[in-house]
Amino acid sequence: MCLAVPAKVLEIENAIGKVEISGVSREVSMMLLPEAKVGDFVLVHAGFAMQIVDEKDAEETNALLAEMKGAPRTVDTIEESVAHE
Amino acid sequence: MNKNAERELAQKLVTEIKTMADKAGRKLRFMEVCGTHTVSIFRAGIRQLLPDNVELVSGPGCPVCVTPDDYMDKAIAYAQHPDVIITTFGDMLKVPGTKSSLGEAKTNGADIRIVYSPLDSIPIAKENPDKKVVFLAVGFETTAPTAAATVLAAEQQGVKNLFMLSAQKLVPPVMEALLSDAQVRVDGFILPGHVSVVTGTGIYEPIVAKYHVPGVVTGFEPLQILRALYRLVKQVVNGEAKVENEYEAVVRPEGNPVSQRITDTVYEPVDTGWRGMGVVPRSGLKMREAYKSYDIEAVMPLAVAELPAPKKTACRCGEVLRGIVTPPQCPLFAKACVPTHAIGPCMVSVEGVCAAWYKYGQGRFEYGK
Amino acid sequence: MVSDKVTLAHGAGGKLSQELMEEVILPAYGNPLLNELHDGAQVQMGGQVAFTTDSYVVQPLFFAGGNIGKLAVCGTVNDLSMTGAVPRYLSAGLIIEEGFPIKDLKEIVATMRKMADEAGIYIVTGDTKVVEKGKADGIFINTAGIGDVIRGTHIAPQNVKPGMKIILSGYIGDHAAAILAGRHGLTLPDTVKTDCAPLCHMTKAMLEAAPDIAVLRDPTRGGVAAVLNEIAAASNCGILIDEDAIPIHEEVQGVCDILGFDPLYLANEGKCVAFVPADEAQGVLAVMQANKYGRDARIIGEVTEQAKGQVGLRTAIGGIRVVDMPLGNIVPRIC
Repeated sequence: MCLAVPAKVLEIENAIGKVEISGVSREVSMMLLPEAKVGDFVLVHAGFAMQIVDEKDAEETNALLAEMKGAPRTVDTIEESVAHE
Repeated sequence: MNKNAERELAQKLVTEIKTMADKAGRKLRFMEVCGTHTVSIFRAGIRQLLPDNVELVSGPGCPVCVTPDDYMDKAIAYAQHPDVIITTFGDMLKVPGTKSSLGEAKTNGADIRIVYSPLDSIPIAKENPDKKVVFLAVGFETTAPTAAATVLAAEQQGVKNLFMLSAQKLVPPVMEALLSDAQVRVDGFILPGHVSVVTGTGIYEPIVAKYHVPGVVTGFEPLQILRALYRLVKQVVNGEAKVENEYEAVVRPEGNPVSQRITDTVYEPVDTGWRGMGVVPRSGLKMREAYKSYDIEAVMPLAVAELPAPKKTACRCGEVLRGIVTPPQCPLFAKACVPTHAIGPCMVSVEGVCAAWYKYGQGRFEYGK
Repeated sequence: MVSDKVTLAHGAGGKLSQELMEEVILPAYGNPLLNELHDGAQVQMGGQVAFTTDSYVVQPLFFAGGNIGKLAVCGTVNDLSMTGAVPRYLSAGLIIEEGFPIKDLKEIVATMRKMADEAGIYIVTGDTKVVEKGKADGIFINTAGIGDVIRGTHIAPQNVKPGMKIILSGYIGDHAAAILAGRHGLTLPDTVKTDCAPLCHMTKAMLEAAPDIAVLRDPTRGGVAAVLNEIAAASNCGILIDEDAIPIHEEVQGVCDILGFDPLYLANEGKCVAFVPADEAQGVLAVMQANKYGRDARIIGEVTEQAKGQVGLRTAIGGIRVVDMPLGNIVPRIC
């Protein structure tokens, strides 16, 4: 129901932020996310920054797979096993 | 992550889902509430990868689809006023009202402009001081604060010719309505990722506890959706019912308090009609008394004669939206109702359930079969 | 020129029309055939002739990497190229809105000349009309073109057969991204611009290397998705492509992510999709990659016996979905 994309905050002035997504930039309103700072990654929906993105998602799948196995596998070992299969 | 690694991880997750689902000893049925999930699931071909005993049904999460005819009729009626400029997300353009659509109104000369952000309506209002600019404020909890913030920005900038035609909807009340409907059977919910960014995960706790049905918040990447499915299956097998969060990167327990406050400043809950579900208590938002001067329905009420009488069709959108029937069970699907000539809104919206079934191969596309 | 704007008098056939012709149009297009200034051009052709026309109404008129004049020449050159012809001569009809800046007109016709030179063709006849303000959107251009069909080639969708390879000449969606970004407040880096280019030299080399190429198509409006669906329907074969194989610039994907577009539906103006017998695919690919407009060419899929009339796409995680025919205009969405 709601498309939103992560973008990097390049500058902020008067609650208007300039953000960049894959090299594409756009002005967005920072009204809903006053705590965001230059350099943060934020989630953008309909021209507004909605939330600060605070971790890399890629690791979550590995973490879950490790949990499934019930063994304390590290992210590295899974990525390695995938890369070599 | 490279593509091969992604594919391998997806396959591993699917294997784990299957192994876990086999322990349930019956067919499991999960509903994705959010239309963007529906599209992601179809686009990635996830249904096709899932084992036969895990079924996905789509819920009422496409704002365009759940918006009843009478809202579109109002929007079209306003569009036909010569002193009105309508601003809207592109999604709304082709949605049929009772008799026509905004797209048709545009062809016939109405001034309808597509915007990416509700805020884009403000410069349009400033450039056209002798016109009333009306933004079609549809959406769920994610989009409501953007409309509310636009109203506050207009107020701050002294813009007096920008108005909202509001049909904002709320997710938890409609989930509750679904769960108390005996015809609806789901074993768990894939909870909407971007709604939860605003609301936080806490709002689902009472529902999950009351109806003992699991829910997992997740994002829109294929791996995120598969992770959520694994967690749902696992909860069912273990007899659990809790809210889990597979989208911690942006979803916090408390959500975005500023957004919640801004929405609450401008809007208040109201009983509202959903297509196919009737009126659901406190499931929508209306503008508060203090902001009535930005509500087009208060400022410029439509005459009854401007609106068409309701019509009856064989369209089963209402049941499709509740996950009671799948699109092919509707007599119109892929026959009288196709994306180029849609009868129900579920066939119009990109994320409409019927459109997704039609466009991405009728549910479980198997190449060459 | 006395005026710096095009006026109705410039289209009235009198002294000002002559001035516009002599000071703007002829200096740009000028060539021996046009300079005769007959009512029409007389040209020599080799044998079987290909003939096509297209009208250009793009907005904005000037965009990253090009303008409407570049499109007007390359579009028609490419249409001829896709029929298996070597483009030779073009006509150019300009419909100009009163008040249009002469400076912009000069830039547009100069670009047309530059593109014509690169394509190795002449603009040999034309027409200029001026309409009242509000009756056109700056400038509209129509071009028609003729070319010599390369002997021994036979391009027809009916020749597409299961097992054939599908080659795409490079990155998709650049043109649409360059046009659409500005309309929705997006700023693209300088590296993203229209891919608009004349493909005639590349297609000629491809057909000389493999005369039995079944189909060449330029994926303009409707994008790669529209071309594949048209060919699947016309050949009554299935098509299966690989999501991972389709080249998309990161920035173009960014535009798509923000505005909710599918890159397969975005227009291209300098790309070609070729349906090639499997045993010749590597040879054709090599020829394409040797051309500057086909450097990033790659095989994106193949024609299948199954799923007749349908286009399937193998997704990154290993599922398969249908790639449908695009419906109408693409508009940004939030859902």
